[in-house]
Amino acid sequence: MPVFDLSSTPLRELNSALHALSKGANDTAFEVVNPRGSHAVAVGIDSPVVVDIKGSVGYYCAGMNDGGTVTVHGSAGPGVAENMMSGTVVIEGDASQYAGATGNGGLLVIKGNAASRCGISMKGIDIVVYGNIGHMSAFMGQSGHLVVLGDAGDALGDSLYEAKLFVRGSVKSLGTDCIEKEMRPEHLEKLAELLEKAGVTDVKPEEFKRYGSARKLYNFNIDNADAY
Amino acid sequence: MCGIVGLFLKDKSLEPKLGEMLSDMLIIMTDRGPDSAGIAIYGATTAGKAKVTLQSAEPKLDFNGLADDLAEAGIYAEILIKDTHAVVELDADKLSQVRALLAEIRPSVRVMGSGDSVEIYKETGLPRDVVARFGVRAMGGTHGIGHTRMATESAVTTLGAHPFSTGADQCLVHNGSLSNHNNLRRELVREGMTFETQNDSEVAAAYLTAEMAKGKNLGEALTSALDDLDGFFTFVVGTKSGFGVVRDPIACKPAVMAETDQFVAFGSEYRALVNLPGIENARVWEPEPATVYFWDHEKAA
Repeated sequence: MPVFDLSSTPLRELNSALHALSKGANDTAFEVVNPRGSHAVAVGIDSPVVVDIKGSVGYYCAGMNDGGTVTVHGSAGPGVAENMMSGTVVIEGDASQYAGATGNGGLLVIKGNAASRCGISMKGIDIVVYGNIGHMSAFMGQSGHLVVLGDAGDALGDSLYEAKLFVRGSVKSLGTDCIEKEMRPEHLEKLAELLEKAGVTDVKPEEFKRYGSARKLYNFNIDNADAY
Repeated sequence: MCGIVGLFLKDKSLEPKLGEMLSDMLIIMTDRGPDSAGIAIYGATTAGKAKVTLQSAEPKLDFNGLADDLAEAGIYAEILIKDTHAVVELDADKLSQVRALLAEIRPSVRVMGSGDSVEIYKETGLPRDVVARFGVRAMGGTHGIGHTRMATESAVTTLGAHPFSTGADQCLVHNGSLSNHNNLRRELVREGMTFETQNDSEVAAAYLTAEMAKGKNLGEALTSALDDLDGFFTFVVGTKSGFGVVRDPIACKPAVMAETDQFVAFGSEYRALVNLPGIENARVWEPEPATVYFWDHEKAA
């Protein structure tokens, strides 16, 4: 298994090696040690490689991931798994602001807390946070699921489109055009599937509330000018 | 962008290494802002003595014979010249007198800060070069803050560099940009504050000084700042015995903190903290938006 020690190896060598993987490559498991808060660790993966990062990372870790399985055995800085296309990213610690921003697909699991703007502009990604999330999360979320086992901060789901939000704890406040919605059987089923995928075993889908768009701000309407 | 760091020591055995630790933290943050850098360090105090840190564009001309010229006016001071800066140590009761006198006999000299323990060094250039010019590594102290600047709101000059000091033993570093600084500056001028620059961060520093002059402690002044300052900010603030952090409610300017039995540390990014002793087992967290954090040596003691 290739091991990259970022205290002695330039980051670009790691990312180039990940990008050079061809279909059917033998090296499908990478380990990264001493990341020491480095930016852009394991960005642009486009093959089903497994990357274990032993320590905390800085900005944009696992950005644009397409098919890889990246685990950060530490905490992640801003923009982790930004614009993920597919695959899985797991953060064992906390994640900073805008985790999973603009993600198109894949699964992002944050085992600690996520800061503000988690899942901002999400476009199909599924995000499961074991702890709490900060303010303005899922802002303008278009599709995908955000599952929060703890509490959500202010202005959850502001200007939301069709992303589905599930929160088990309290919500400090809902953003404009975001409302609590009925939890139907298909939602419970989806939630059970996501919890299982994220390795959550001791929590039931029935413990969550669902939030979604009131669909009043989709198209500009002069009567809603005050809400924009 | 901008990079800010802060270190508040709880373990006295680390005090001789404060300058070294803070320098390393700041240098790692260089790529967040290469325009200018500065550091404020709270060192040992001598009873009855005060320090004034001066800066000059022409240090040879300005600092030459300064001790004699001050002595002539009855102010006996020890002067330590460090590159473009000089630290003047004198009897505490002469502090206001020396500032007035300097304005008269050395009008081109700028006062970076003054107080019982603070020394402030700042210049244009990279953190690595700035800390080397002033020998920051060799300095000890109880707490300190540092800044590396990517200028947005005012010119890249020595005076536009951080930290800003607008009151005795007070200083502030800022990552962000304020939008109501012109109005606030006018109000503070009316209250009697003076300003050296058109910089937004200097207004924040002066605001806190003015609030503390009204009797608030650092924590209370930072709480008021949340109501009165508009814009983006992560501030790290030092006082003689304290160290405070506050972020605006939007909190898009990054901040990471770490605490152990030995220290409390602040960095714009986790990278700044990775060399601190025992960081692996430290409590590491992001300060919450619109929440005031502060630590005080006098209260802890």
